[in-house]
Amino acid sequence: MSAETAERRTLSVLVEDVPGVLSKVSGLFSRRAFNIDSLAVGPSEIAGLSRITVVVRADEVLLEQITKQLNKLINVIKIIELAPETSVQRDHLLIKVRADSPTRLQVTQAVDLFRAKIVDVSVDSLTVEATGAPDKLNALLDVLEPYGIREIVRSGTLAISRGARSMTDRALKP
Amino acid sequence: MSRTAATSPAAPPASSPERSRPSHTTTADHRLYGPGLSVEPVEVTGSESIIRSLEALGVTDVFGLPGGAILPTYDPLMDSSTINHVLVRHEQGAGHAAQGYAMVTGEVGVCLATSGPGATNLVTALADAHMDSVPMVAITGQVNAAVIGTDAFQEADIVGISAPITKHSFLVTDAETIPQVMAEAFHLASSGRPGPVLVDITKSAQAAKTTFSWPPEIGLTGYRPVTRGHAKQVREAAKLIQQARRPVFYLGGGVVKAEASEEFRALAEAAGAPVATTLMARGAFPDSHEQNLGMPGMHGTVAAVAALQRADLLITLGARFDDRVTGALDSFAPDAKVIHADVDPAEISKNRLADVPIVGSLKEIVPELTTAVTDVFEREGRPELESWWRQLDRMRTTYPLGWTEPEDGMTAPQQVIRRIGEAAGPEAVYVAGVGQHQMWASQFIGFERPRQWLNSGGLGTMGYSVPAAMGAQVGQPDRVVWAIDGDGCFQMTNQELATCAINGIPIKVAVINNSSLGMVRQWQTLFYESRYSNTDLNTAMDRHGDQVVPIPDFVKLAEAYGCAGLRCEREEDLDATIAEAMAITDRPVVVDFRVSRDSMVWPMVPAGVSNSDIQVARDLTPDWDEEE
Repeated sequence: MSAETAERRTLSVLVEDVPGVLSKVSGLFSRRAFNIDSLAVGPSEIAGLSRITVVVRADEVLLEQITKQLNKLINVIKIIELAPETSVQRDHLLIKVRADSPTRLQVTQAVDLFRAKIVDVSVDSLTVEATGAPDKLNALLDVLEPYGIREIVRSGTLAISRGARSMTDRALKP
Repeated sequence: MSRTAATSPAAPPASSPERSRPSHTTTADHRLYGPGLSVEPVEVTGSESIIRSLEALGVTDVFGLPGGAILPTYDPLMDSSTINHVLVRHEQGAGHAAQGYAMVTGEVGVCLATSGPGATNLVTALADAHMDSVPMVAITGQVNAAVIGTDAFQEADIVGISAPITKHSFLVTDAETIPQVMAEAFHLASSGRPGPVLVDITKSAQAAKTTFSWPPEIGLTGYRPVTRGHAKQVREAAKLIQQARRPVFYLGGGVVKAEASEEFRALAEAAGAPVATTLMARGAFPDSHEQNLGMPGMHGTVAAVAALQRADLLITLGARFDDRVTGALDSFAPDAKVIHADVDPAEISKNRLADVPIVGSLKEIVPELTTAVTDVFEREGRPELESWWRQLDRMRTTYPLGWTEPEDGMTAPQQVIRRIGEAAGPEAVYVAGVGQHQMWASQFIGFERPRQWLNSGGLGTMGYSVPAAMGAQVGQPDRVVWAIDGDGCFQMTNQELATCAINGIPIKVAVINNSSLGMVRQWQTLFYESRYSNTDLNTAMDRHGDQVVPIPDFVKLAEAYGCAGLRCEREEDLDATIAEAMAITDRPVVVDFRVSRDSMVWPMVPAGVSNSDIQVARDLTPDWDEEE
């Protein structure tokens, strides 16, 4: 199975928040030719630990290899896969779209339909903020594209499991 | 396979089975390397803390070369009564020496270098140790913390540079953390799958006032190597061994690293199956043992290659399905089920899917497997392997290792290497460079014990031999150490002859001099219509094969370095020359063995081709289906 057609899989990686850890993780992906769709990093609920959400294209065998290689990094504490059915997955998107008086109303309606927000206005453009599953944001982009998109800033996917348990619960048991 | 294997609370790691020196007594924290000293807090500088940590870790030998950013640490090093520092001539030499030291002793090898170029010169050795799972710790000086990132003089981001080629790398900017980081570095290097660890310490941390005490706390929350193999998997493996009719042990360097050779011998004899010993496992099982088929792979024996190729079961122990062993992966061992035991879970099913994976230390897995095999044989009967052995014995008889005498009247290089092996015997240590001479050394020196054979297997580092031999000699001063080198390799790192001569490290170097980059030349002969692009070295003859004034003259070079220099040009002088070299024990010896440049390494599986197409000589493929 080629990497391009392989399934999109989401890994949540708990790492020690030390200098260089992100470069160690991203370097691993590039040197082993693992394909990353997106990567997002930020602090976790525990001081000293960061959480990286990484979306990869991989079949079962490759995903196992990616997980094992990540586990070899000393600063990696725990890795879990977050399946779409049992997790909430969100991207964040900021779009600057052309909107002059003839089109402004249409753009505003599209933004409302997607439950996105207008966060900045100028004479001939609107800045739109949207949060959602990657597919929904792609659909929003498709709708806005005809009006003229001037700028896109998009985060990597963030993901969290559904239910009460936290990833760190088990990870930090001695 | 659990995705959280490395951090799941598996069985608590037993005290590091990789090391067995009696001086390392059990300490409160089993992860603490070294003799288990206890030191009350004392006010020191960061650099003193480094030296005291090394002492507490039981380090007795360090290879290095000072420079600006590591200068503070070289000062207290002068006062250490237990650490012998060997001043090398190039940091790459320090790195390979640490590898050689680690490979013969099983201890962590240590090298020391300054920032910038000192650190980058270690890169090849780190990458080599990473590929071959050699336990070593490299300590490098770094510029002052305040100027990191400013392109300061001799600044290089060695932590970043070394990240892909080390097991782990640390940057130390706070002197207080030095004992902990040093203890963690040694634990990482020596436990689980061994490997190189880099500790980069800023000059400001070395100069700072701090407190030293021992033992430190070890953190490493994310590092829990699995040592115990899964019992159910071990029983499953035994069942497969009982059911197999064409089983073969595929033995890798992990057996040596785990000190599991003796345990393996018991398993091999209990199972009665043939054994293929990879380049990194030469010596892990005696060549003289009737079950040993020799080396598999690109230049393996026909019997070993055929055994893997035709097996119905591979019992893979501490090996990693390297492309030099498997040939074209999709046609490798097509009928075989695979048992794969390794301490590194990431090796399992990386290249070849394992039917029965076992993660853990071979030191524990192998005896458990022996017991399980014995049990299942008692219950279900011993498998019938006679027909399998008949096939393999016929291969061994029909296609033994050998060579054709060169037509140019020069000595066969294989003959030189075989005679050195016979003269020095299995108690000597043999350290090869990379290329034809390396393959011939693997083929024609008899290996009887683990750690008898050192070479650069995974990375294939030309220039490994001389400095690694130097490190091996420091680690085992009472053994004869022969560097089996090529004329190309030798010119990459022979500056360490100075180090050897000055420090009384009497290695012996056999330069197998065919006046060319022989392995590349062999490929040019076979695959590039004998167009010899840039493979003539003029160390004996020119490109037309005519004798020339050699550049360099290896005998003069040896003498310039304070070593004995010998030359052997005729086969009839071979034994006398080797005897002369063996008799010189007060300084290093370099022997310029002039050999034919047309000799080739056979058998050969060309790169990317199926192992079934192995050639025993040019265009000559064994007849597999000959009647038994």
